[in-house]
Amino acid sequence: MNPKSKFVFLILFTLSAVILFTLLIGDHTVAILNPKGSIGLQERNLILTAVLLMSIVVIPVFILTAIFASKYRASKSQPKYAPDLDHHPIAAPLMWAIPIAVISILAVINWRSTHALDPSKPLESEVKPLTIQVVALNWKWLFIYPEQNIATVNFIEFPERAPLNFELTADAPMNSFWIPELGGQMYAMAGMKTQLHLIANEVGEFAGSAAEINGAGFAGMRFVAKSTSQSDFESWVQGVQQSSSTLDLNAYNILAEPSENNPVAYYSSAEKNLYNEIIMKFMPASLASSSRERSEPTAGMPSSTMPNMDMPSLQ
Amino acid sequence: MFLTYRKRWRWLWREWLTSTDPKKIGVMYIIVASLMLVRGAIDAGMIWLQQALASGAATGYLTAAHFQQIFTAHGSIMIFFVTMGFLFGLMNLILPLQIGARDVAFPLLNSLGFWLYVAGAALINLFFVVGGEFAAAGWLALPPLSELAFSPGVGVDYWIWSLQISGLGSLLGGINFIVTILKMRAPGMSLMKMPLFVWTSLCSMFLVVSAFPILAITLVLLFLDRFLGMHFFTSSFGGNPMMYVNLIWSWGHPEVYILMLPAFGIYSEIVATFSQKKLFGYKSLIGGTIGITLLSMLVWLHHFFTMGAGADVNAFFGIMTMFIAVPTGVLVFNWLATMFRGRIIFSSPMYWFLGFISTFTLGGVAGVLMGIPGVDFQVHNSLFLVAHFHTMVIGGALFGIFAGITYWFPKVMGFKLNEKWGKRAFWFWIIGFFVSFVPLYILGFMGATRRLDHYAASTGWQPLFITAAIGFIIIALGAAIQIFQIIVSVKQRKPARHASQLAGIAGGQNMDDPWNGRTLEWATSSPPPVYNFAIIPEVRDRDAFWAMKKESKVISHPANVKYQDIHMPKNTAIGIYISGFAFLLAFAFVWHILWLGLVGLIGAIVCVIIRSFDENTEYVIPAAEIARIEASFPVSFRASPDGIGTSRGIP
Repeated sequence: MNPKSKFVFLILFTLSAVILFTLLIGDHTVAILNPKGSIGLQERNLILTAVLLMSIVVIPVFILTAIFASKYRASKSQPKYAPDLDHHPIAAPLMWAIPIAVISILAVINWRSTHALDPSKPLESEVKPLTIQVVALNWKWLFIYPEQNIATVNFIEFPERAPLNFELTADAPMNSFWIPELGGQMYAMAGMKTQLHLIANEVGEFAGSAAEINGAGFAGMRFVAKSTSQSDFESWVQGVQQSSSTLDLNAYNILAEPSENNPVAYYSSAEKNLYNEIIMKFMPASLASSSRERSEPTAGMPSSTMPNMDMPSLQ
Repeated sequence: MFLTYRKRWRWLWREWLTSTDPKKIGVMYIIVASLMLVRGAIDAGMIWLQQALASGAATGYLTAAHFQQIFTAHGSIMIFFVTMGFLFGLMNLILPLQIGARDVAFPLLNSLGFWLYVAGAALINLFFVVGGEFAAAGWLALPPLSELAFSPGVGVDYWIWSLQISGLGSLLGGINFIVTILKMRAPGMSLMKMPLFVWTSLCSMFLVVSAFPILAITLVLLFLDRFLGMHFFTSSFGGNPMMYVNLIWSWGHPEVYILMLPAFGIYSEIVATFSQKKLFGYKSLIGGTIGITLLSMLVWLHHFFTMGAGADVNAFFGIMTMFIAVPTGVLVFNWLATMFRGRIIFSSPMYWFLGFISTFTLGGVAGVLMGIPGVDFQVHNSLFLVAHFHTMVIGGALFGIFAGITYWFPKVMGFKLNEKWGKRAFWFWIIGFFVSFVPLYILGFMGATRRLDHYAASTGWQPLFITAAIGFIIIALGAAIQIFQIIVSVKQRKPARHASQLAGIAGGQNMDDPWNGRTLEWATSSPPPVYNFAIIPEVRDRDAFWAMKKESKVISHPANVKYQDIHMPKNTAIGIYISGFAFLLAFAFVWHILWLGLVGLIGAIVCVIIRSFDENTEYVIPAAEIARIEASFPVSFRASPDGIGTSRGIP
């Protein structure tokens, strides 16, 4: 093949690849590019902005590579061959200036977006926020609704447009809580509380998953996040409150035993303060009693704060 | 028959295994790394096959536990035993030659470093033989999962100790190369006349020396948790897993650049040689390299933006991360400018270079994206991340290694690799690469997390996983072609060598300088004699050998040169013995065998003591012998005495 037909071949190849991949995706959602929550939407826009800015540098690089590679090949005569050309008074500073300029703009975007999208920052909305306490267990997700005093396994329901305050912890290896269509992840770690604020802009069912390897049942640790209307949510809560199972300490300890591919479960009530007790059981007794005034966990990660609580540990 | 077999073994032991010659150690590094590459690639194939099959009702052919062991093995082996092995191999082969030295600064340390690496490689595969299992906690064994409570088997202990001893080997190698580069350059080669590969290796080795002690300590602490029930990284009793995550990534991120920097150096050498042009923006390239080196120590937190640090902390590390793109971009621009107005010869190393530009730029965009915490929240631990770092490690480091091996193969072996098959292998690799990893980028955006041994059919991921698996087959074909390429090249080598023996006759294929090289490694015969340079060349230019050729300061026949005696280090088996005892010690730690541990510890110490009393570690090659060796080589370009003045630098 001569260089020109090679070039045409490459372009055709790329095009057919794009078409092929579009077909492969089919009608399945590309969650991150089609988010259903405003956090996810902002994060998507951030991706697009950054890619666009970077193309200012990247596309010329691709074009120049192609041009140089075809134009300066030794098989052509090279009247302008300049074997000792190793610097240029304008090119060198420009090579530094262009990426610095692009990255500086991105740095400003980075700083602003990081603060705007800080997962521990509560969201504003006219709808009443909903708090859901999340416990990563081996290998299922336990959700406690403290205000409704109900609990679920591997399923959450919430009203659309209600700010969701997720409080995360783990009673198992570290995990990462992720609902791609609503927005980014947050780690759930034993003995600590991390926060994640999300919101669903519309009604729908979204896939949730565990993103950090935590042992044999990892792949089956999925849950469904369902966004409904306010009235549907209320009737759902009432339905759960009719459930025959309750989550007392005993039931929790059984649930916390390792198990895989757990079905959805509902608990009409949860032990009072269960969430805090799960966190506090990782504290030595001496620390637990003295931690009443503490607002920081042992590692001092600013937002993973320890809850202040008035009870001793359970073990 | 048996005797010849025995004799071969003795020859192997005497000439290779106990050698302190960096060229031979380099070859051994590359052989071991190639074997481990096959091992790691089989793991990759098994991962992809499982993921292509296990959708919905189908659970694939692997259990979750087995699958998790495989991806842990794949990651650990590819990073520690493949990429590191290849890079140390290439450095051993080329660095001393490029700086015009006869040897490395610490030949024994070099041998020991290699054998510790081998001991680590043996230990990480030992469970095949003696039982136990591989770790299943991911390649960084993050606690609490890697703690005894959740990983009670010996897998994590095997992992800890094979990394510990091979890491020690890397650390020794790092010290050795820093001193070699700083103290053993040929006269006239100032720091600002060093070839780029030397510069990037120097920076990489500084990172090794600063980062690997962190790894060593972190592994020891994790082991203490597991062995003595301590609580450094447990969730309870005041332990803190977040500390481990910070520590391991303060090693882990520099490690990424330990792998990348030498590859950048290789590309720099190649783009200049094959464009037949001086490297553009030498100072910018060095500035960029140093910039990357410094910045790489300041970005570790970007591996866990999702751990709950505040916005200020995340933004700081995010911005630092993005700024790495600046020096990296400068490097790419300068390589392009080197091609500008060159006379580019499209040999296969140049193919790898252009493949690298296309993959690396793509991976770089993905990397900067993930440097933005808001974006990272969405793609952290997803297949997007997996695709990103494979783009960097395959498209960046591995392609660089292939380019380097192709480029320097004639230097080491005396004949070229077959170009036709080399280019075919390249096309399989690059197409296979995109077919494998573009689906992973898309899957990440679709919400697929990494390390899934099974997923729901409703996700619609299966077609993409199958495509990725097809990509793996294409890559595997590329690798098979590379093996075939070596066989073909070996078979065809006779005429080439013959021709080079008859060199001087027009058109004779002289392998001393097959690419019209620019740097000093080409200023001696191929393969070089044990002492590299009969006369240490004097360097007056950045492209030392190019300048010599241009000024015709090369000689046609070395017979009229006066040689001096050369002192070289003797071969020694002490590195093997120490590594053997270190292996026993590590093995004893894995299985908690006290007496064996003591044997290993005391044995290693005794070996060091014995060696320290051995004062007879060098031998002399007399001048007459050198004259004889030099005369036996085919006529070629050599650094001439005119360009040298006095031959100082000879001990």
